[in-house]
Amino acid sequence: MLQALPLIFILAGLALYAVLGGADFGAGFWQLATARRTEGRRVREFAHHAMGPVWEANHVWLIFVLVIFWTCYPKAFGSIMSTLAVPLFIALLGIIFRGAAYALREGAATHEESGRIDAIFAVSSILVPFALGTAVGGIAGGRVPVGNAAGHEWSSWLNGTSIVIGALAVATSAHLAAVYLAADAAHDRETELERSFRLRGLGSGVIAGALAIAGVFVLNGDDHSLFHSLLSGRALPAVIVSAVVGLAALVLVFERRYELARYAASLAVAAIIAGWALARWPTILPNLTVDQAAAGHDILVSVVVVVVAGAVILLPSLVLLFRLTLTGRFRARELTVVETTTVTRPALRAGLLARVAVACLIAGAGLLNLADAQWAHVIGVTCLISFVGIAFCAIVVPALDEQASSR
Amino acid sequence: MSPQSVAAAFPPVDQHYLLQARQMQALSFSVHIPLVAFGISFPAMVLFVEWLGHRRGDELYLTLARRWSKVMITLFAVGVITGTVLSFEMGLLWPNFTGTFGSVFGVAFAIEGFSFFLEAIFIGIYAYGWRRMSPRAHMLSAVPIVITGVTGSLVVISVDAWMNHPTGFTLRNGKVTNVHPWSALLGNSYLWNELIHMYIAGYIVCGFIVAGCYAFGRLRGRWGRYERTALTIPLTIAALASPVQMLVGDWVARDVANTQPVKLAAIEGLYRTTRGADEHLLGWYTGNHMEHAIVVPHLLSLLTDHSWNGKVVGLDSVPANQRPPVNVVHWAFQIMVGVGTFLALLAVIYIAVRVRRKRLPDSVWFYRALVLAAPLSVAALIAGWVVTEVGRQPWVVYGVMRTDAAVTGAHGIVVGYGALAASYLVVACGLVWVLRRLARSPLELRTDAGSHAAAGTELEAA
Repeated sequence: MLQALPLIFILAGLALYAVLGGADFGAGFWQLATARRTEGRRVREFAHHAMGPVWEANHVWLIFVLVIFWTCYPKAFGSIMSTLAVPLFIALLGIIFRGAAYALREGAATHEESGRIDAIFAVSSILVPFALGTAVGGIAGGRVPVGNAAGHEWSSWLNGTSIVIGALAVATSAHLAAVYLAADAAHDRETELERSFRLRGLGSGVIAGALAIAGVFVLNGDDHSLFHSLLSGRALPAVIVSAVVGLAALVLVFERRYELARYAASLAVAAIIAGWALARWPTILPNLTVDQAAAGHDILVSVVVVVVAGAVILLPSLVLLFRLTLTGRFRARELTVVETTTVTRPALRAGLLARVAVACLIAGAGLLNLADAQWAHVIGVTCLISFVGIAFCAIVVPALDEQASSR
Repeated sequence: MSPQSVAAAFPPVDQHYLLQARQMQALSFSVHIPLVAFGISFPAMVLFVEWLGHRRGDELYLTLARRWSKVMITLFAVGVITGTVLSFEMGLLWPNFTGTFGSVFGVAFAIEGFSFFLEAIFIGIYAYGWRRMSPRAHMLSAVPIVITGVTGSLVVISVDAWMNHPTGFTLRNGKVTNVHPWSALLGNSYLWNELIHMYIAGYIVCGFIVAGCYAFGRLRGRWGRYERTALTIPLTIAALASPVQMLVGDWVARDVANTQPVKLAAIEGLYRTTRGADEHLLGWYTGNHMEHAIVVPHLLSLLTDHSWNGKVVGLDSVPANQRPPVNVVHWAFQIMVGVGTFLALLAVIYIAVRVRRKRLPDSVWFYRALVLAAPLSVAALIAGWVVTEVGRQPWVVYGVMRTDAAVTGAHGIVVGYGALAASYLVVACGLVWVLRRLARSPLELRTDAGSHAAAGTELEAA
């Protein structure tokens, strides 16, 4: 059980990345899809602003997945990364350009400039989920053997299963983003925008569903064993849940119940990931079971402790961020009240501070650079850091006072 | 220390492009590390300035803090990308390293992942919370950014310290067993000097770069109270940290001499194990000795052993295939120390004028030197890491696993290297462009009520 626990973390991280990061990728997709229309600019502005505050947070899920993977299943990680180096590297380039375009947009002054930057952003927003999807397809289709680049570098990810999963990733992202943006537009009473995103949500949802059904047929021809285990036994409930909930999501979008639709679509994505894991259980790669791939007992315990402790801090913070974002707090007008309560400060004894700082410097240098004992080094370093802090106060406070008075 | 002392996860592969793989890693790292320097120190500076603004009720500090926070966010966003590149490369370039040792050091990256996550969350709240939250709540939202900037880099540096000084596991018949990840990472004596050296470097690099920007502005005639304040704060921090860094550096070097004597020998170009070893400044290492170097008799023994005739281990203590490339390490060290000395000198001038005359230096040469100090401090930072990492070669895990046993068997390293280098070049040009734009947007010291509704609109107006 302990051996499988980190795998559950990884799959949960993957599902969250697919849902939250996916919505961001999808926003990029719609920026491209609306580029040539008159309303395009408004859509793009809206998409850009809506994802602003949560942008970085969503993409750290990927790093989380990678890190837990290599810590807990190092051998499987090495095999996957070396065989699937090409699609993963393509995804990496996409991530670089996508992030760069996002950061650079702050500097765009004209609409032409921001339009050009948005185009880069949009193309890479499609490339990344597609490439990552093909890599997932390579793993799911059993094309990654254990070893250092032991699989085929092209056919491992350029095959029917991979391409369908890649396309599915793009379509799902587009759907999630459209529903998210429709909800935002409804919240802001932008009826025009809401209508167009609702239509997009329905369209992309239908396409995602069609791709999923097509995927079943491709899988049947491509990897019959995965097809068989997906549609029989323990994976079947997950597949059924995914289909039913996915359909429900479409109905909910039609009914303009975006909040629920978003959860339904997310559940559909999570269910299909769970179905894949259940179908492959107990192997992680061909001829490598989860138990064989897992790291030692102490390490797994450490990771579980870190993840649980981290989650205790992380989840409330994440809830705070999403609440502030989803309630539109970050799109509200700025308050204009400036506190002008000047606090009367006690006169700083700069001279005394300076003397203490010099004493710290001398003591620190003596203990760190002349003494050899470890305890002396500890005190020495502390003294030197204190020197920087105290001397900073002694110098900066009078300097700022002087600059403020000679304005 | 036999080359095959560890049985790796996968059998060895024949990789012709090991050097290119190492260069690709070095490139990714060199791009990321200046951003780390900012991540360590800049949030604290921004928070300090915002605190000044609220405490003194002075709009100028708030404007400064807000403008700095935009730079902070841009750099963080770029840092997320370059950090993602590094975590991909752990597997893309070195699958046998992660495959064999991933479990030993991985916990550190799990903590780093959480730190990064929290930092991303609160940086979002901080960025979009300007004037939409109470001053207290807004400043509180910056505190996690400051803390996670420290914890995140702490654990990553602990991994590097472990690679240089591996502990916390046993090798039995070549198998890695009995792994204690916590003692490997945090119980490692090597961690503390690397950590403190890097943290101080973070303040120096960030301080001199920010000060350098305003020094450049002064040379162009932009020199109001705003600019003087914006120069004074980072410059004071960097100026105080620079001399301290020389003392800390001396401590680090002594630890290297004790735990990685071959690295120290490469730094100094010392071939034979010697008593009363001389220090060689500059020069070129050929045919097992230094040529054209400035020689300071006995200084090396004095520095590393605190004795006139102390023994210093030379490169000849290990076979030729276990020595790092001497000139790369030696020159990286010369650059680091040379620049460090220059920065400390500049710092002493600044502090002397500030304390004695109670003003900023007047000389135009001081500000020209400050402009120069900005890129030089980055060069010193990267050079310092070259000393650590190239000096560790040919090992990826010192004395346990060779780098050529860690590399991927995949083809196309050269293509990947070229593509990554080209992408980084494009992104670097873009970054310079956006930072110039941010710097050029007009100051709004007297903001009229509600003139900007969303973050970014004031830039679009520029």
